Amino acid sequence: MTEQATNTPIAKPKAPPSIVASTGFLGLNRKDATLLALVVVLTMLAPFILNPFPEGSGMAQFNAGYPDLMQRFVIFGIFAIGFNILFGLTGYLSFGHAAFLGVGSYAAIWMMKLVTLNIIPAIILSIIFAGLFALLVGFICLRRSGIYFSILTLAFAQMSYALAYSVLTPITGGETGLQIKATDRPILSGLEPGEIGRANFFGIDMRTSYELSLGDWLFTFNAGYYIAAVVMLLSFYLSIRIFRSPFGMMLRAVKSNQQRMSYTGLNSKPYTLAAFVISGMYAGLAGGLMVAMDTQVGPERMFWTASGEVVLMAILGGVGTLIGPVLGAGMIKYMENIISKINETILHQWFAFLPDGLEDFVVSMIYPFIGKGWHLTLGIVFMLVVIFLPGGLVEGGQKIAGLFRRKAKTDDTPSKTPAE
Amino acid sequence: MEAIILQILNGLDKGSAYALIALGLTLIFGTLGVVNFAHGALFMIGAFCAVTLQRLLGLSHQIVDETRKDFLGNPLKIDVPYMHEWFGPEIGQSIIEWSVPLAILFSIPIMAFIGIAMERGLVKHFYKRPHADQILVTFGLAIVLQEIIKYFYGANPIPTPAPPAFTGSFDFGALVGFDANTIIYPYWRLIYFSFSMIVIAGVFAFLQFTTFGMVVRAGMADRETVGLLGINIDKRFTIMFAIAACVAGLAGVMYAPINSPNYHMGMDFLVLSFVVVVVGGMGSLPGAVLAGFLLGIVESFASMTQILDIFPGINQIIIYLIAIIILLTRPRGLMGRKGVMEE
Repeated sequence: MTEQATNTPIAKPKAPPSIVASTGFLGLNRKDATLLALVVVLTMLAPFILNPFPEGSGMAQFNAGYPDLMQRFVIFGIFAIGFNILFGLTGYLSFGHAAFLGVGSYAAIWMMKLVTLNIIPAIILSIIFAGLFALLVGFICLRRSGIYFSILTLAFAQMSYALAYSVLTPITGGETGLQIKATDRPILSGLEPGEIGRANFFGIDMRTSYELSLGDWLFTFNAGYYIAAVVMLLSFYLSIRIFRSPFGMMLRAVKSNQQRMSYTGLNSKPYTLAAFVISGMYAGLAGGLMVAMDTQVGPERMFWTASGEVVLMAILGGVGTLIGPVLGAGMIKYMENIISKINETILHQWFAFLPDGLEDFVVSMIYPFIGKGWHLTLGIVFMLVVIFLPGGLVEGGQKIAGLFRRKAKTDDTPSKTPAE
Repeated sequence: MEAIILQILNGLDKGSAYALIALGLTLIFGTLGVVNFAHGALFMIGAFCAVTLQRLLGLSHQIVDETRKDFLGNPLKIDVPYMHEWFGPEIGQSIIEWSVPLAILFSIPIMAFIGIAMERGLVKHFYKRPHADQILVTFGLAIVLQEIIKYFYGANPIPTPAPPAFTGSFDFGALVGFDANTIIYPYWRLIYFSFSMIVIAGVFAFLQFTTFGMVVRAGMADRETVGLLGINIDKRFTIMFAIAACVAGLAGVMYAPINSPNYHMGMDFLVLSFVVVVVGGMGSLPGAVLAGFLLGIVESFASMTQILDIFPGINQIIIYLIAIIILLTRPRGLMGRKGVMEE
């Protein structure tokens, strides 16, 4: 490595076209603008897209277009986008990201309990708190790299969990967590006596929904979902800009060869720390939004399995890609909600066309993977992705697209590098 | 003084479990260079070997006893374990009661098989991939293993009692000259500690005094050279993986009476064991054992009421706190070698 560095003069990296041509729509090049537009359309039309089956039909349970689940899609999307800025760009695998989500959640709920029920100050406060906490944790953890970094972040997250669970009970509510109660009188809310406060956005209740009935189909448009979706789109746009910026380039340099970067006289610490804090602020934003949607928080949000979940999301979708983490988050949350709903009776209905003995056999083969066993499915899918598709679903999609493209024109297509 | 001795003793059993798991983790890391996140699952599977054997030995069939009647006057049906039939009631009963120690023998082939299958089937393909990939795939495997156990055994903890001869406690204080009833210590925890010492000593002796162990140590130091000498080092490393799996499994088997096994006990121990490995020094076997006992004892001291009065909740975080301090002041851990995981 060292020899290489001395023998070849370090070529000035050519600025990628994306940086040069950052004058297009909102400072994005055409490819990114298309991607952003696609995501905008998909999130805005999600209530339609996620409800493809008519109400009351046998397939209706696969509809994901209800507010609670859609909110979770976009909120965990934000969480995963933030995680991806750290892991995807710098290669630092944090196993304690849920701590920032938890800190953000607690900050938001206190804001709503004490000051105002409007979600905007709560979310801003949650971002600030998560960012400060990430600054502290990152400053310490980033002194080590590789597996040591993972263990340190894990240790911090577990410590926060243990503290939230026990000693900090006056602040965190311990095991039961915090909710907005009838006794809470936020100063700026003007609640009637006895009225339980509800999260709102300048007067719009998060739970307001407009239901549109078209034939057999029922579509729900929820205020909370659209607010979360707009926030998600903003953070997605920001993440594109970070990916394409010189700062993002620096972070990639940290990932590919930190040693060489430091030989060129650059201190990588400020860059990685900035990435860590940004990523923590994304997590805090997700935590604040979660509170805005369901107005409650508990310490289990900081448990290390929650940190593991966001790792799964990013890997499953495609780490280091722009859209991957959002896809992964959506996929895992969809699986969690839909697969865990299928039970034995439904399976029997599906396979009723088979002869009896075969039907029972097929059902008993599938049964462990559904219902309560959805974690098993998740584990298997995740392992398969890590083994065969290290680039996640995005790489899978590119490979399939590549197959078709090669058929279309047979002349040599340069092997595409996985998406950045 | 008595309180201090009591806390040291209390820390020993948990410390033994940490030390055994960390020892296995370090063996795998030192030989194969793989960070095995599924090691906690192996510990858990070991505990469920004890559960399985207990259930197998307890298998029974109903016979109708014509001489005794139930309250309706029908002949009483009684469950007779096969063990009673085959070995007579006394020996049969004691075999059932001794199922946990017997599970040691039962678990070794199972754990060795799982270890070899894991290494040959999965981990082998990840030697050339980054450490992050190894962590992720073994993390996935851990989820799969624990969900399989959950499917077959349910989510609730399964009580697995120790043999009745060891269920009581004894007065350790009176034994070494303190007042009676000041230091009471359960027998089984003492047995767990002695057992883990034997296993640890066995692993070290195996590595130190056998030709096989010598080759493995040589391979840990310089895998390529050993390979060039015409030794099939891969095969030996596979066996080391199996041994590490057995160590974790045995730790689990013997831990079953202390804490009723449930499907996520592996994950709970795994996080702490990683902390132990890092504190001890990545790749250092004595470091792993030392750190295991040290952290176990420190955790037990932190749970004392006198200390909790001063620092509330310190028992929950002390291990992580120590890990953070050690990693920042002695980056290679207590006994870590240079050049391990520093690329």
